[in-house]
Amino acid sequence: MTPPQDAGTAAMAMAPRRYFGHLIDSEEWLGRAMIGPAVVYIVLLVGFPFLLALFYSVSNITVGSAATKFVGLHNFKMIMENPSFWVALKNTFIFTIVSQVIVLVLAKILAMALMKEFRGKWFVRFLILLPWVAPVSLGAIGWLWIFDSIYSIINWTGRALGIFGPEVWPIWLGQPTLAMASIITVHVWRMLPLATVIVLAGLSSIPQDIHDAAQVDGAGFWRRLFQITIPLVLPILMVAMLFGIVFTSTDMVVVYVLTRGGPYDSTHVLASQAFFTGIEGGDLAEGAAIALFLFPILVAVAIGFLTVARRSEVA
Amino acid sequence: MAAPLSARVKRWALDSAHYGTIALFALFAAFPFLWMVITTFKETNDLLNTENNPFLYNLPPTMENLRVLFQDTLFPQWIWNTAWVGVAVVVVTLLLSVPAGYALARLSGKWAQRLAIAIFLTYLVPPTILFIPFARVVGDLGLQDSLWSLVLVYPSFAVPFCTWLLMGFFKAIPRDLEEAAMIDGLSRFGAFLRVVVPVSTAGILTVIIFAFTLVMQEFIYALTFITAASKLTLSVGVPTFLVRGDVYFWGSLMGACAIASIPIAILYNFFVNRFVAGFTVGAIK
Repeated sequence: MTPPQDAGTAAMAMAPRRYFGHLIDSEEWLGRAMIGPAVVYIVLLVGFPFLLALFYSVSNITVGSAATKFVGLHNFKMIMENPSFWVALKNTFIFTIVSQVIVLVLAKILAMALMKEFRGKWFVRFLILLPWVAPVSLGAIGWLWIFDSIYSIINWTGRALGIFGPEVWPIWLGQPTLAMASIITVHVWRMLPLATVIVLAGLSSIPQDIHDAAQVDGAGFWRRLFQITIPLVLPILMVAMLFGIVFTSTDMVVVYVLTRGGPYDSTHVLASQAFFTGIEGGDLAEGAAIALFLFPILVAVAIGFLTVARRSEVA
Repeated sequence: MAAPLSARVKRWALDSAHYGTIALFALFAAFPFLWMVITTFKETNDLLNTENNPFLYNLPPTMENLRVLFQDTLFPQWIWNTAWVGVAVVVVTLLLSVPAGYALARLSGKWAQRLAIAIFLTYLVPPTILFIPFARVVGDLGLQDSLWSLVLVYPSFAVPFCTWLLMGFFKAIPRDLEEAAMIDGLSRFGAFLRVVVPVSTAGILTVIIFAFTLVMQEFIYALTFITAASKLTLSVGVPTFLVRGDVYFWGSLMGACAIASIPIAILYNFFVNRFVAGFTVGAIK
């Protein structure tokens, strides 16, 4: 095992004419040249628009406006005076937290079930991955049909099996509480595959020896679960949750397709509110201000999770 | 050697619980797609008759819904648009992220490490924050209603993730490999192109599939930039233009969803292990 510089020096000694300048320098420049385009692109298409978003949120810009002037925190004041903003903020939290908790519990159960070998496992894995791979907007339309007010298959089955009485016919997307439950269901359905494969990767990385040793020492299933499995997969669990939170809290597709924020604006989230205000309503400035509310939340979540993940890795 | 009866009963109970759990989860995950496929081939009269058992074909299955979908709607155009944008975005993403991933994996140093983390952190600036400024920028560039706007913007979420994944793959390739090639007279870049890239085919394929599924998934940018029906991609065209007004053509709609979802999922299934490996290793280390 030679460190790269030594090998490089050897190469230089063998073919001195191929190299102009010092090898170390050229490697450094090569590195910059290889990374450069990606960095420039990301700065231009993530960094720059992000700054624009910050700027828009303190301006009075609209879709068609020519002159834009600085208005300070006016937009933030406006949105905070609007009660529907608070509903959207609350919904963003509820949808994200509730669906993530459910996803985490279900992913743990499912991953443990998938650890065992059984026939047709590849096919089961394919079915379970479907919701993650299929475009969300199309999966959500499938759910729109399942939740239909007249032809809902859930209601038909419920009635056929006698679970729903003759008077019971839930309008899934027409009543605020049911609509929220429906949206959470679709988020869980969508995020479960990713969380499961991540947890599964974490579980498979625990050497069987540890379990065997613990079993010999007399540790039961629950003891092993809480004292070995969960602590060992914690870092990877944190990563799964971080991505789950980022994807769920910034998603507007599920709300857009299922309810468009209805009934009575009760299911809007920040993302859908930003879209309807900024794009459909044409008020870019206020839309940007609503969307930016997500950012500090995401940063706080990311810092929190990465700290925990790192600490538990060291321990 | 037969186990005692009680042990066999216990074993049997555990097995059934195991299969039952898996069956329930598989049903939850796959039911919407199963339901799409069943609905696709139903006569509208059959679908809309509340007396019928919705799980059965009360009238013979029909191809009519698919015929309408392919002949009377822009669905084929949307497939074409999605494929075109997908290929273009994959090319741009590979050109940017393959060299960047390699450089981050090999050319060590503090700045490389910091840069890697910075690239990862772009995930905290999701499209939901960026679509509003982009709406204006794309308008100012005159790219509204053009698929080029998507080709320009989509790599902004594909490049960071693919760079990160590729970094993981390249780290797994032993350094000796390209050092041997360099001793044989290749430059570092030559060794990268002729030795490292060919042995990373699996990783690069994973990134291709991954970038393509990201393009198929994307919704908010396409919804914002494009209003002309003929320029839409599948993920926006189907939910906005096939669901117009109060009339839902459920048969055609479900056909569109199934056709756009299932093939890519089959392809993805072959790569998921590599994807998870790159994902989790990269995310922690």
